[in-house]
Amino acid sequence: MEHFDDDTLMSDTRKLIEARDLRRRNPDGAGWLLEGISVELCGRQRLALAGPTGAGKTLLLRALALLDPVDGGELFWRGRPVGGGSVPAFRSRAIYLHQRPALMGDSVEATLQWPFRLKVYSGVQYDEQRIVAWLEGLGRTGDLLRRPTAELSGGERQIVAMLRAIQFDPEVLLLDEPTAALDPSAAESVERLVTEWFEAAVRERAYCWVSHDPQQAARMADRTLRLAAGRIVEPGEKDPANAR
Amino acid sequence: MPAEYIVLDYRQLALAASLMVVCGAISVVLRLGLERRLAMGVVRTIVQLLLLGLVLRWVFAAGQWYFAVALMIVMTLVAGVAAVRRVERRYAGLLLDSILAIWVSAWCVSAVGVFGVVQVPIERLAQYGIPLLGMVLHNTLTGISLGIDRLGSELAGRRDEVETLLALGATRWEAAQDAVRQSVRTGLIPTLNTMMVLGIVSIPGMMTGQLLAGVDPIQAALYQMVIMFLIAAGASLGTMAVALLGYRRLFTADHQFLPGRLKKG
Repeated sequence: MEHFDDDTLMSDTRKLIEARDLRRRNPDGAGWLLEGISVELCGRQRLALAGPTGAGKTLLLRALALLDPVDGGELFWRGRPVGGGSVPAFRSRAIYLHQRPALMGDSVEATLQWPFRLKVYSGVQYDEQRIVAWLEGLGRTGDLLRRPTAELSGGERQIVAMLRAIQFDPEVLLLDEPTAALDPSAAESVERLVTEWFEAAVRERAYCWVSHDPQQAARMADRTLRLAAGRIVEPGEKDPANAR
Repeated sequence: MPAEYIVLDYRQLALAASLMVVCGAISVVLRLGLERRLAMGVVRTIVQLLLLGLVLRWVFAAGQWYFAVALMIVMTLVAGVAAVRRVERRYAGLLLDSILAIWVSAWCVSAVGVFGVVQVPIERLAQYGIPLLGMVLHNTLTGISLGIDRLGSELAGRRDEVETLLALGATRWEAAQDAVRQSVRTGLIPTLNTMMVLGIVSIPGMMTGQLLAGVDPIQAALYQMVIMFLIAAGASLGTMAVALLGYRRLFTADHQFLPGRLKKG
């Protein structure tokens, strides 16, 4: 596993992810899907990403996890450029969560244990007690661990995916509408897990949450970044897509 | 040296070809509508094999190894193109990967067979090398074709899983290895199946040919074993090579999966 220097550990707000001038061309035509986006994500930050459908929210979030090739721009993790061999280690510290996560493994327990076979987590041990404690915090029990994944509801799947990620204590979560398809109580469980993970080490943690729900954005984030047509529009600035 | 086999003439060929009347009659009676394709099949069989015979006779008579090599190159290119013809999900560079994989694997294995095992003198390269390479190519082609098709369908079907793994910190190999394994396995199944029933269901083609030519049955069996091992090695190498080449095209050095490169067509 590759390690990043912890030089910045001492400073109060740590710059975790920094993206400079991220660009992605539209493959099917002219123009940009992402047009020169620069974002910083520092410790303690709870960022919401909002904007109309097709504005590039998911693309930006994926770009922040380096999941797609970009046509320009740079990505830094704690001040160091990320690329090539350092990418898996980076992604294990800044985990991107899909809206519809894939669960590998027949049971919930197997799903949670699955990533431990990855090289990047080779020194980490699966901790069932921690998982059970989280589940009990949601008013559930460890019985969920024995359930076959095929029988889980959409909400339970997302809770399992969330647990699978936060058991590794990542510094950053990149959440791509994790509650969009969930009923209110499951959505609340997901929010509670994110908050628990975040508050366990506020200074060193941050997340970016794509949400269509302004109330959720207000509840879960301190700052909202608005995207339109692949660009960041500051609050108050006119949305270029509607300006015509 | 008198031939140990019975020489055929064109009158005898015509007699055999008349058997195709049976196929034609069945097609007419049952209204299968296959008469044109049957006729085409007869014509193509005769023309293609006669041409092959003429070319081989010419290359054998010329006795120069480079004529043989030139013919082998043509065979290899044709096999490389044929291997990707029915692949469902394609990506840019697929044809090149196929030709590269089939070329390297079939030629390495055939070289071992011709020069290492059978120890053919260079002036008889045409007589031994061309048929041996042809058999290895044919089977490698099947393996590559099945393997690359499976790689595409596995990766397309497991897209969410691959993406989730990468997002959790998997390397591109960790994310792709199940799909790559599955595709190599699929490519090897026909060869393995063949080996399991070899000589039980029917006398294999090469051995049949040698028996008809008057070769001692044990010698013919030995040749068949040699070619079977060459075929198995060629198909394994070729299938693995093409799966790895495909994997490199569909994953970047930054551990990104590019499902958009897989296009149906």
